[in-house]
Amino acid sequence: MVTSDIDRLITLLAKLPGLGPRSARRAVLYLMKRSDSLMEPMARALDAAAANIKTCAICGNLDTRDPCEICTDDRRDAAQICVVEDVADLWALERTAGFKGHYHVLGGTLSALDGVTPEDLRIPGLCSRIQAGGVKEVILATNATVDGQTTAHYIADRVAGLGKDVVVSGLAHGVPVGGELDYLDDGTLTAAMKARRPLS
Amino acid sequence: MEWHDKGYILATRKHGESALIVSALTQTRGRQTGLVRGGAGRRKRGGLQVGNLVTLDWRGRLPEHLGSLTTEVLETPAAALMNCPDGLAALSAACAVTEALLPEGEDHPAIFHGLAALFGVLDDADVGSAYVKWEMGVLGELGFGLDLAACAATGETENLTYVSPKTGRAVSAAAGKPYHGRLLALPAFLLGAGAAETPAEVVDGLKLTGYFLESHALEGRAGRLAARDRLVERFQAKK
Repeated sequence: MVTSDIDRLITLLAKLPGLGPRSARRAVLYLMKRSDSLMEPMARALDAAAANIKTCAICGNLDTRDPCEICTDDRRDAAQICVVEDVADLWALERTAGFKGHYHVLGGTLSALDGVTPEDLRIPGLCSRIQAGGVKEVILATNATVDGQTTAHYIADRVAGLGKDVVVSGLAHGVPVGGELDYLDDGTLTAAMKARRPLS
Repeated sequence: MEWHDKGYILATRKHGESALIVSALTQTRGRQTGLVRGGAGRRKRGGLQVGNLVTLDWRGRLPEHLGSLTTEVLETPAAALMNCPDGLAALSAACAVTEALLPEGEDHPAIFHGLAALFGVLDDADVGSAYVKWEMGVLGELGFGLDLAACAATGETENLTYVSPKTGRAVSAAAGKPYHGRLLALPAFLLGAGAAETPAEVVDGLKLTGYFLESHALEGRAGRLAARDRLVERFQAKK
């Protein structure tokens, strides 16, 4: 019985990204040796997270509240919506503390190969938010990949088709902070050269 | 077994946690697939974007095995198209069509060079015309070429405005008038070296090549061409 519980835990942990059966076994041993200080609090935290975490009906963020903390924060600018592919991208932007507007999580990108169509993403929800009024700018912060930019252009067309006075912008592509030209890949350099801007 | 070539990445599919199964159109070996270890990781992901020209080093025990690939980026056409929606849509559509049409290992250097030529003009204003002409070339290379030299009914070489969906041959305006609803429109730019004058002509061209792609070359596998459908939608919206 004990062995089957441990095996079950190892099997479940091995499904996490970055962990295989060997590392899952090590993690389980580590947890069992620290049952009071780590395993039980972790079990309680997992239990609470599974019970309380919800997907925000407005933006698609994960939070213990629905609508989420970001959507209900009065200090944020509701006139700006930043569209991201996944919750991880939202969290990355929040870490920068450089954006104080609202978000919209698409849940992926258009992908012909994987059969992801506009209906599979949260694009209708975004259109409804814009049509409800009050939105002045939509910032398309999808990844700088072919699928990401294809999705961004598709959304830009859909927003333009709504007939609302909304500015649609996208993130800049180019040289990262601290980047040295010699070490950059050709694609990034090409994008940076295309997106050059006057300095004065 | 090993081989070395260069090719355009047509499609990628994640395999496991960090590997990618890459499908590429090579210069001398047709479409080939292989497993790129770490291809979905942060370091390699950027170089394995659809449309990129890469060197390919394939290694496997037998030619029919998946084999492992190592790649190095040579050109990144998509990078220059991030703010060019038509070009990006055409690039995605061309890769999706090539991926869907070509069987693995069938050598088609003409399609490789056609793709290279198309990728060279993706940021031009005439990308729609270039794309339609590329599809015409692909149909021809695969044995489904359209005969637009003369009218199938009268032999006329002037006023060709239709294409017969049955034969793929041009039909003149006069001969085709009674069958207007059943014939496909032939845009004028496909008869000469010029470009389409209006987005409507591009849409006619896409409908024409799309018909023969779906009914002949793909034989009902058109469900895989969502990227091409989005290109058609783009030009339809401009009409």
